[in-house]
Amino acid sequence: MFRNQYDTDVTTWSPAGRLFQVEYAMEAVKQGSAAIGLRSKTHVVLACVNKANSELSSHQKKIFKVDDHIGVAIAGLTADGRVLSRYMRSECINYSFTYESPLPVGRLVVQLADKAQVCTQRSWKRPFGVGLLVGGLDESGAHLYYNCPSGNYFEYQAFAIGSRSQAAKTYLERKFESFMGSSRDDLIKDALFAIKETLQGEKLKSSICTVAVLGVGEPFHILDQETVQQVINAHEIVEEEASAEQEAAAAADQDAPSADEAAPADQGIAPMDI
Amino acid sequence: MNMVDSAQPFKTLLGPESDSQRTQYPYVTGTSVVGVKYKDGILMASDMGASYGSTLRYKSVERMKPIGKHSLLGASGEISDFQEILHYLDELILYDNMWDDGNSLGPKEVHSYLTRVMYNRRNKFNPFWNSLVLGGVKNGQKYLGTVSMIGVHFEDSHVATGFGNHLARPILREEWNENMSYEDGVKLLEKCMRVLLYRDRSAVNKIQIAKITEEGVTISRPYALKTFWEFNAFKNPTVGAEGSW
Repeated sequence: MFRNQYDTDVTTWSPAGRLFQVEYAMEAVKQGSAAIGLRSKTHVVLACVNKANSELSSHQKKIFKVDDHIGVAIAGLTADGRVLSRYMRSECINYSFTYESPLPVGRLVVQLADKAQVCTQRSWKRPFGVGLLVGGLDESGAHLYYNCPSGNYFEYQAFAIGSRSQAAKTYLERKFESFMGSSRDDLIKDALFAIKETLQGEKLKSSICTVAVLGVGEPFHILDQETVQQVINAHEIVEEEASAEQEAAAAADQDAPSADEAAPADQGIAPMDI
Repeated sequence: MNMVDSAQPFKTLLGPESDSQRTQYPYVTGTSVVGVKYKDGILMASDMGASYGSTLRYKSVERMKPIGKHSLLGASGEISDFQEILHYLDELILYDNMWDDGNSLGPKEVHSYLTRVMYNRRNKFNPFWNSLVLGGVKNGQKYLGTVSMIGVHFEDSHVATGFGNHLARPILREEWNENMSYEDGVKLLEKCMRVLLYRDRSAVNKIQIAKITEEGVTISRPYALKTFWEFNAFKNPTVGAEGSW
């Protein structure tokens, strides 16, 4: 995208009928680190890559619990994401108080989208620079939505946003048809595989990713690091066994020394209390 | 000019005329509503009377109304306040429908909303002078609750307002059971309404019974209960208490 004379204001249309500021906001989403979501009939899994700026700092929080039955993963300007999460929490709790019932996720998503749209039509505002993957439960089951800075929202079976999300999307496109009937644990496994795709060769460890689950009878919660690491180990081993013997042999050789290194390296990275 | 205008609303909340802005006492009132859960849903009964003090002024007042697809609201107390509540609920259901998604407000949500409205008004010393019975069925779940004018709210298998609490509920405690058929339920409610007719001076002999099930709401046509006035106790009422009347 190149600069042009119609991109200064969000309230200026280009002759081609585009709002460049809105499109630039969507670019900001693409620059953020990856977040993915997938859902079955009864569960939604959200996962994201957590890259700390340096070894000294902790990573930014990208997955938020909005209510027992709704969670959100963000990519882009995390500050904008935090503000929107606070709005979502507020809406949920007010609805719960008035109606003693959980706010249907479909309605929250529309409210969020309308809030984003306002910022695309005021000269003194700017669009939110964050994409949100909202997972939640409704009367009709589990849902996954993607909310755009443009004020659009879409429902998905599975989706990935942020940098190198295309790799994850390719993986999800291969597998999504089975998701509706997947078990909770299979969904988590698929989420981790999708995250692995965005890492482009870097080793998948539970210290660089966050996984959260919610479902029918299971309130939203973020899985702790040990649980995630166990799933990674279980399935990476399985994957190596399934592949050619030579690859398995080579991987096993690499695995032994790297497993030893992984433990002290993990302890070196700042603890991420969520 | 603007400054004077903004003073007007505040002036009327202070001083001698302020009380006319708040509900002090009810004028046109309905009497008991009785509701029970039964096998397929909820049954509710009320008479069609509205009294103006001690006068039985209006005799064709529907004190039970359907709310949305899943709920039924019955009210005793000030009829104008009941009408105002129905207006609020109309708007609530309208906005709920306008979402046009697969979700709809069920009886639990409506009951909770009414509780908030009643309690908020009570806190402003301007209550809706009603006792409400809210019943409904959604996704197979039966719900029956009540809200009073001060915001006291609870759910139960059988509820009643006003005199119904004293005269009908003891009968229900003895004779109600979870799996009553429709006919059993109607008979039981008629028994309660009959006692109320004999003993509540603001009751009129023109009742309706409403049924709400998963399929929807039906409110019966008004009809009268058969009464018997030849009981010995009625003919000689003071035999057990000489000197009373």
